[in-house]
Amino acid sequence: MIQLTVNGKQYEVDVLPDMPILWVIRDKLKLTGTKFGCGAAQCGACTVHLDGQGIRSCISPVSRAVGKEIVTIEGLQPSLSKPLMEAWTEIDVPQCGYCQTGQIMAAAILLRENNDPSDQDIDNAMSGNICRCGTYQRIRKAIHLAAELKRSAT
Amino acid sequence: MKPSGSISRRQFIRSTALTTGGLIIAFHVPAGIRKAAALTETSLFMPNAFLRIGADDSVKVLLSHCEMGQGIWTSLSMLIAEELDADWHKLQVEHAPADTAYYHTIYATQRTGGSSSLYSEFDRYRKAGATARHLLVQAAANRWKVNSNECRTENGYVISGDKNVRYGELVQEASALPAPADVPLKDPASWKIIGKEKIKKLDSPEKINGKAVFGMDVHIPGMLTAMVSRVPVSGARVIRYNEAAAMAVPGVRQVVKIPTGIAVLADDFWAAKKGREALKVQWDLGEASHLNSDSLLTELKARADKGGTAATNAGNPDETFSKSKYKLEAEYYQPFLAQAPMEPLNCTVQLSADKCEIWTGTQTQTDDQRAAAQITGLPINKVFITTCFLGGSFGRRNITRSDFVREAVEIAKATGKVVKTVWTREDDIQGGMYRPAFLHRFKVGLDASGMPVSWKQISVGQSVMTGGPFEKVAVINGVDMFSIEGMQTAPFVKKIKDQKIELNTPTWPVLIDNWRAVGLSHTIFAMESLIDEMAYAVKKDPVAYRRMLYKDVPRLLGVLNLAAEKSNWGSPLPKGRGRGIAAYEAVASYVALVAEVSVLKDGSVKVHKVTCAVDCGLAIHPDGVVAQMEGSIGYGLSTALYSEITFKNGQVQQKNFYNYPILRIHEMPEVNTFIVPSNEKPGGIGEASVGQMMPALTNAIFAATGKRIRNLPIKKVNTGTA
Repeated sequence: MIQLTVNGKQYEVDVLPDMPILWVIRDKLKLTGTKFGCGAAQCGACTVHLDGQGIRSCISPVSRAVGKEIVTIEGLQPSLSKPLMEAWTEIDVPQCGYCQTGQIMAAAILLRENNDPSDQDIDNAMSGNICRCGTYQRIRKAIHLAAELKRSAT
Repeated sequence: MKPSGSISRRQFIRSTALTTGGLIIAFHVPAGIRKAAALTETSLFMPNAFLRIGADDSVKVLLSHCEMGQGIWTSLSMLIAEELDADWHKLQVEHAPADTAYYHTIYATQRTGGSSSLYSEFDRYRKAGATARHLLVQAAANRWKVNSNECRTENGYVISGDKNVRYGELVQEASALPAPADVPLKDPASWKIIGKEKIKKLDSPEKINGKAVFGMDVHIPGMLTAMVSRVPVSGARVIRYNEAAAMAVPGVRQVVKIPTGIAVLADDFWAAKKGREALKVQWDLGEASHLNSDSLLTELKARADKGGTAATNAGNPDETFSKSKYKLEAEYYQPFLAQAPMEPLNCTVQLSADKCEIWTGTQTQTDDQRAAAQITGLPINKVFITTCFLGGSFGRRNITRSDFVREAVEIAKATGKVVKTVWTREDDIQGGMYRPAFLHRFKVGLDASGMPVSWKQISVGQSVMTGGPFEKVAVINGVDMFSIEGMQTAPFVKKIKDQKIELNTPTWPVLIDNWRAVGLSHTIFAMESLIDEMAYAVKKDPVAYRRMLYKDVPRLLGVLNLAAEKSNWGSPLPKGRGRGIAAYEAVASYVALVAEVSVLKDGSVKVHKVTCAVDCGLAIHPDGVVAQMEGSIGYGLSTALYSEITFKNGQVQQKNFYNYPILRIHEMPEVNTFIVPSNEKPGGIGEASVGQMMPALTNAIFAATGKRIRNLPIKKVNTGTA
C-alpha cells in the first residue's frame, strides 16, 4: 500500500512502486484530466505538480511521490487556475484539446514564478509541451493574458 | 471522353452522392433515442434527429459528425441555433449515437472526413433548427389564439405583442404538432450567430478544466486494459511468445492471440505494458522483411522510368517540349508519414450475447458498426457506439478497415471481458496507416510568355482509395484520383493541349490510409514547387507568374493577391531572409500562404512569419477558420521540416516524438490570417491549408538561399557553409 496526497486529499493505493504517477492518478484514482501522450517525457500532456515542481508523470514512479503533494489540473490552486482558465477561454485556445491540461499545468509553473513572462520566457517554459493541432500562437497569447489577469488580481 | 481520374474534390463529392443514392436528408428521430429519452425525461421536444428541447429550456444539439479539433462542435451548433433563435448560452452539444439518421448527406454512412461537414450540413442543420422554431411558434400561436405570423422568436422565447413564452414551456404542445414538410430559412442579412466574430467554442471550457471525456478517459466497471503486440506490416506471422512470463506480471489477467497479434489484458495500463514486454514475441515478417526505405525509393524511381496508367493523354507533349522556349524537368519526393494525433488510439468494448457497446473516438461510425457486426455475428443495429472527443485524428481515426475498433472487438469476443485497448505512442508511430510516399516527376515546356504548353508527368505511390468505401468513385480505370489530387484538375493544366499525366501504383505491404488532406498533402508540394521553378525559369516574380497562371480563376487570384498584399510581398527584407508563396484550391476552399524564413549557419530553418489568405466561401465561424489556418500551418511546418517514416528490414525506424519530431512552441512562426468576405457555399477548412505550407516554406528557402528543396523532409538545408 502506498500513501499519496493528491489535490489535498489522502489516498491509499495498492500498486507497485514503479507504476508511473500518471497511471496511478488515471487508472486508480480516476482523475482523467491528466493525459497520456508519449510515455517518454517528450510531450508534456501528463504534466502535474509534485511539491510545486512541474513533472512528467508518465515517467515518474509513484514511489517518488510518497510524502509529497501531487496537484493535477483538477486541483490547481485558484490563484493560478482562475487567470489561466479565463485566458484560455477568452483566447479560445483548444482544438482537439487533448494536450491543453498539460499545457495549462506547465504554464501555471511559469506564471507562479514570473508575473510578466516575455515570449522568450514562454518558449523556455513551454517547449516541452507538444500540441499536434498547432495551437501554439494562442497558447502564447493566453499566457500573456493570464499574466495580465493575475497581475490585476493582486 | 472524360480523362480518367480527372475529377476534383467537389466533383468527387457530387459523384459520390450519385453512387450512394443522392443527397440524403433524413429527419426521423432514431427509435433508440426516443426510448432512452422517454425513460429519463417526462417532457422533451424532439422535432428531428438533431435537436432536443427540454422543459427546462435546455437545447441539446446532436452532432452527426465527430469533434476532433476542427471545431464542428461549435460551427454545426451555430447553424441550428441561428435558425432556432436559441439562447446560445444554454446550448448543450453531444455526439449523436451511431444511427442511419446521422448518415452523411453525401457519403451515405455516418462519417466525418474530407473537410465536408459544413459543406454537407449547411442546409440540413439549418433546416433542423428552422423546423423546430416553426413548431414552437405554432404552439405559441395556438396558445395565444393568434396567427403564427404575428409571432417572432428571440433568444429562446416566442414573442407576440406584449406576450412572451419560453421555448421550454412549449415543448409538450410543440411535440403534438405535425412537422411541416418544408420551412423557409432566414435571410442571411438577419443572421445573429452565423459568421459572427465573437462566438466562442462550446467545447473549450471542458477541454480546459480537464472534464472533457476522450476515448482514453472511458471507464466501465470491470474493465481491463488490453495492449497488443503487433507489427505494422501486413503478412507478418507470430512464431513464438512467452505467455507464462506475461501472466507472471502482477495484474495481468489474460493473454490471447487475435488476428493482429497477441493481446495482454490487465488491471491497468502499467501491468498490461509490462505484461506485453514480457511476451517477447518473435515475428516472421514474411515478404515485409524486405522492406527498406532505400530500396523503396529506388523502386519509385524505376517505376517512374517505366511509366504508368494514363490519367490524361492529349496531343504530342514530347514534340512541343522539344520546340519550347523554356524547358524544365524536376522530380519531387515525399516520404511516408504518420498522423501522430496527441491521443494514442484506444477503444472500449463491452460485448454481451445480444449487443456490442463501443466507446471510442472515431470518424467512421457506420464502418465500425459493420466491422463489429461482422466479427460478433450481431445485427448492425445491435452495435452501439458512443463517440467520445477525439484527441486529434488527422485521418488516423478515419480508417478504411476500422483497424483499432476491429481489434478491440476481436479481443472482447475472444476473452468475454470488458476491454479497453490502449496504444502506446510507439504503437501509434509504428502502427501504420501512413500517408504513402510519393514521387512526382515532371517535364514541362513553356512558351515565350512563360505559360506551360507541354506537360509530361509521372506520379508514383500507393493508392489510398483502393479497397476502401470510395474505390468505385475515386479509382477510375486504374487511376486513383487522390494520388494525383488537384494536379490534372489544376486550371492551367487543364488548358494545356499537349499533355500526358501518368500514374504508377505499387502494391506494397505498407499499411497506408487517410492522412490530413489525403492526396493534397503531397500533390500541392509538387505542383507549387514546380510552379515556383517555372517562375524563376522564365525570370518572373513568383506572385506575378501565378497571377498570369490563375488569371481566369478569380477566387484563387483573390487569395493570391490578398496574401501578397498583407505580407508586403516585394518589400525589402533583412539579409538572408526570403519569402515564398504557395496558393491552391483545396477541399472546395482557396488558400494562399506566404512564408518568411531565414536559414541559419548550421542549416536549420527559422520561420519568422506566415501570412495566410483564405477564401472558404461563407465563413460560418470566422475565429474557428483562423484557428484551423494557424493549426494547419503548424502541422504543415512539422511535416516539411521533420516528418518521415522509414523502414529497415520491414521495421519502422521511428518510435516516439524523439525521432518523429513535432513542431514545438519556439518553432511556431507568427501567423496572420485574413478571410476573404464571401457568400459562396462554405468550403472545407480542416485540410485547406496543410498542403500549401510545405511549398510556401521551401519556396521561401529558395528565395533566401538559392537552394531548391525537392525532397521532404527538409531537416537541414545544405548551405555549403556548415
